[in-house]
Amino acid sequence: MEQQLEASILGMWVFLVTEVMFFGGLFMAYIVYRSWYPDAWAHSSNMLNVPLGALNTGVLICSSLTMVLAVRSAQVGSRMGQVVNLILTIVFGSTFLVVKYFEYREKFEHHLVPGPNWDPHHMVNGVLHPVALPLGSQLYFSLYFMMTGIHAAHMVVGIVLMLIMLRMAWKGRFTPDYYNQLEVSGLYWHFVDIVWIFLFPLLYLLGFNYKG
Amino acid sequence: MAYSEERHSYLDAPYGLKSWLLTKDHKRIAMLYLISITIFFALGGFFAAGIRAELLTPKGDLLTPDLYNKFFSMHGVIMVFFFLVPSIPATLGNFFMPIMIGTKDLAFPRVNLISWYLYVIGGLIGVSVLAMGGIDTGWTFYTPYSTIGSTTNVTFAIVGVFVAGFSSILTGFNFIVTVHRMRAPGMTWFRLPLFVWANYATSLVMILGTPVVAITLVMVAAERSLHLGIFDPKLGGDPVLFQHLFWFYSHPAVYIMILPGMGVMSELVAAMSRKQIFGYSFVAASSLAIAVLGFLVWGHHLFLSSQSIYAGMVFSIITMLVAVPSAVKTFNWAATMYKGSISWESPTYWIIGFMGLFLVGGLTGLFLASMGLDIHMHDTYFVVAHFHYIMVGGAIMAYMGGLHFWWPKMTGKLYNETLAKISAILVFIGFNLTFGPQFIVGYLGMPRRYHTYPDEFQFWNIASTLGAGVLGAGYMLAFIYLVYSIFKGEQASSNPWGAKGLEWTTTSPPPTFNFDKDPIVDEPAYNYNPGGKGVHVGH
Amino acid sequence: MSIPFFPPSASTVSTEMDLLYFFIVAVCAFFIVLVVALVVFFAIKYKRKHPDEVGADIHGSLALELLWTAIPFVLSMVMFGWGATLFFKLSRPPADSMEIVVVGKQWMWKIQHPEGVREINELHVPIGVNIRISLGSEDVIHDFFMPAFRVKIDAVPGKITTLWFQATQAGTYHIFCSQYCGTKHSGMVGQVIAMEPQDYAAWLSGGRANGTPVEMGRKLFTDHQCSTCHKEDKSGRGPSLVGVAGNPVQLADGRTVVADDNYLRESIVNSQAKVVQGFQPIMPTFQGQISEENLMQLIAYIKSLKPATGEKK
Repeated sequence: MEQQLEASILGMWVFLVTEVMFFGGLFMAYIVYRSWYPDAWAHSSNMLNVPLGALNTGVLICSSLTMVLAVRSAQVGSRMGQVVNLILTIVFGSTFLVVKYFEYREKFEHHLVPGPNWDPHHMVNGVLHPVALPLGSQLYFSLYFMMTGIHAAHMVVGIVLMLIMLRMAWKGRFTPDYYNQLEVSGLYWHFVDIVWIFLFPLLYLLGFNYKG
Repeated sequence: MAYSEERHSYLDAPYGLKSWLLTKDHKRIAMLYLISITIFFALGGFFAAGIRAELLTPKGDLLTPDLYNKFFSMHGVIMVFFFLVPSIPATLGNFFMPIMIGTKDLAFPRVNLISWYLYVIGGLIGVSVLAMGGIDTGWTFYTPYSTIGSTTNVTFAIVGVFVAGFSSILTGFNFIVTVHRMRAPGMTWFRLPLFVWANYATSLVMILGTPVVAITLVMVAAERSLHLGIFDPKLGGDPVLFQHLFWFYSHPAVYIMILPGMGVMSELVAAMSRKQIFGYSFVAASSLAIAVLGFLVWGHHLFLSSQSIYAGMVFSIITMLVAVPSAVKTFNWAATMYKGSISWESPTYWIIGFMGLFLVGGLTGLFLASMGLDIHMHDTYFVVAHFHYIMVGGAIMAYMGGLHFWWPKMTGKLYNETLAKISAILVFIGFNLTFGPQFIVGYLGMPRRYHTYPDEFQFWNIASTLGAGVLGAGYMLAFIYLVYSIFKGEQASSNPWGAKGLEWTTTSPPPTFNFDKDPIVDEPAYNYNPGGKGVHVGH
Repeated sequence: MSIPFFPPSASTVSTEMDLLYFFIVAVCAFFIVLVVALVVFFAIKYKRKHPDEVGADIHGSLALELLWTAIPFVLSMVMFGWGATLFFKLSRPPADSMEIVVVGKQWMWKIQHPEGVREINELHVPIGVNIRISLGSEDVIHDFFMPAFRVKIDAVPGKITTLWFQATQAGTYHIFCSQYCGTKHSGMVGQVIAMEPQDYAAWLSGGRANGTPVEMGRKLFTDHQCSTCHKEDKSGRGPSLVGVAGNPVQLADGRTVVADDNYLRESIVNSQAKVVQGFQPIMPTFQGQISEENLMQLIAYIKSLKPATGEKK
């Protein structure tokens, strides 16, 4: 059993390393283009909704807390503790996704989605913004959507995982001697949280003080 | 575990198709992979045949330009992603890694089965892309052609490659955890067979590199279908950024393809010479060195892409460095044969073939690594010859050698020795005739991926196509007698080669849980001279 | 049917490149013969004599490991050094090079001589003259390859790349596109015709010159209103471009960069990226409005703007 737990945990860490490499490609593109287009980067970042982003950051941090508490509940044999904390984790995760939906919708309305929707003067309600977004802004927003989009996809997978864990916890499958899947799922959840901790400053805070 | 008088091996118990398709037995999964990989090899070979047939004449008289471009693209995608990358690890690795370290199965048997299903799904997606007309971007998907130029089903092909890549990641991840956590009592790291070291090093590359090509191809797909232009120069993007990201994986990928083959070589040379591998720890360390250094050389594909000269110099020098561990291994294998007891059975033919061809392939890399010379040779047939010498002359020869060597163990049957020797010779001769002339025509200036070419290059192209015919015949012969042996072959003993290694201590084929009794290891690998006073330096 | 073994050697650099090539061939041949001979020799000499025989009890030798690590290392470092030096040489066109503008597009090469003569898929050059090719692409990545001169470089959309050569032997040689670019990749070929200087002069004067790159660039400069702000008397809202090309420029953010071809190109298509010190960031961007060929003609014009008196370098 001990060997199995250790193997599962090592396995999840190995998998998380692959995830770091996966997101890594996008971070590399971000770094290269930011050095090429610092102005476009700051200007575009300034168009993002920092309060909503900050809210989401807080929500995810709370979800990681409840996740840890769920694992702790398993360790001390509290079935109710596991269930409550898992439900909270799922609620927080879902809140994150709902807020993201509203953010994306706003971007769409402001013509900041690269492709056919894009308008460098980002006309809103018939009003043209006087200064066109500089060259490189579309690159920024392409990366914004890809990075947050793939992150959101990982959140969805995480929530599905948590639902499965919830069902198992409800049935009392986790005991102080055996809670492998819960611990390993927790690792995955924390990882998705940490990716966001990187995305938030790089995407939202970068242009916070930009005066254009 | 008690057995009845009639011994059941993993092959016949339990029985039925469902028991195979839902198996968790690493040996059955290995055989499932073997069958599917062989199908893709044949498909990739079909496209190769089309390419070589067209290139018999300077004019484009067999295939239209678009069709030819699809042929070489499909050949590359299938051979790299659906054949070479999984080949040795998913078949021989899956089968023998647990046995060689003395355990019942891999760390995550269900994940292993999932990896096979992902491979099959990825492969089926690839085949559907074929049915929908194929892709014409080359296996390298260079932007902007792959994002805004090509009108073929690039996005769907990328999905297929992505899914197959995930299969690769799961295999690597399974191997790493298995080697770390499941070795039998007494099986220390430095008693591991070198095949295990090689697959371990390969797995490190698989898990670190594959995700990067995955995200890179996702970016290409996103640019094509969602217009999220990241490599589009009109938006200020850099098409060369794609090349950096792509080769960051695809260079280490070639080490994914050759390292397991080197592992097979170590096993075969030791067994066929009945001798301890010369310089065991150096060979093990070389596998790791190649894996690490392999991640630092990707820019040698970009010398002429507008990459900075200084970056190019760094990549060039490290590329020279990565050649050194390969040289070390080759010398160690040769030295193993010194004062060995060399059997002239068929695996030895594959060993000698590998040594010669891998040597040429590896050494010809030096031309390309030398930046100045690469100015002339980049994107010519010299490059094509170089990598085929390593991938086919090296990796596939090692794969064939390993298949032959372990065939009695995996199937319980012996194949026809004489035909096997003939096949090895045909493959060796055919291979050299196919790719040797390509060095010459490459230096002459014939570019890659050319559908038509100047008349003066025809002689070498004819030679190359003839060679391809011989090569194909060699492979087909092997396929025939190997399949035949399953039905009509002589029964094999548990150790037909008289070799050392845990796999030879169990029956041929092994029982489902590999060993009757859990092994306890108390000797080094390749211990052909137990108690002898050997020349022990650097071990 | 002819059986060629080696490409013609027609440039100042081809000899050196071939020398490096033969050096590596020799090293490879040596090791291939050595190892293969050893392996075959061992296989014969130590052939198993009876079924239970095993090999000798030899584990390794530190001395040998060091030897066969050091020797390949040293040899490969020589190859690296020689190759890097050659690469450097081929990346730095001599200052007196004659510039020819080449633009690749699916699936042809458009060539323009400084005197204005244009060619498609054919490049006439004089021998004994340093020639520098400024290469651009209108669409996807191509590569301009002349095997007889042993030179090539990728043509990357969004950038200007450079190669240079000096032809030594008159003759007609291949031009190949060497980066897969779609349907007619293998049709994107042509000929480079190296001629004695007097023959080249004759060919040049016989050609229809419809404006040199500099003249066409001047016209574009006016058509696109560049002259409105970039006045030569420095009275405009933009910096004067006289004597700018090839010299250091002080930027608004404090950096100093050299005004090479790619800087000039970037300043046209992404004018906000590197604003000159003392000027406002008000220049419009021309991204997507000017073709690669026209961009290169504009750059040729800007490079021709030298100060009236004295050599300002």
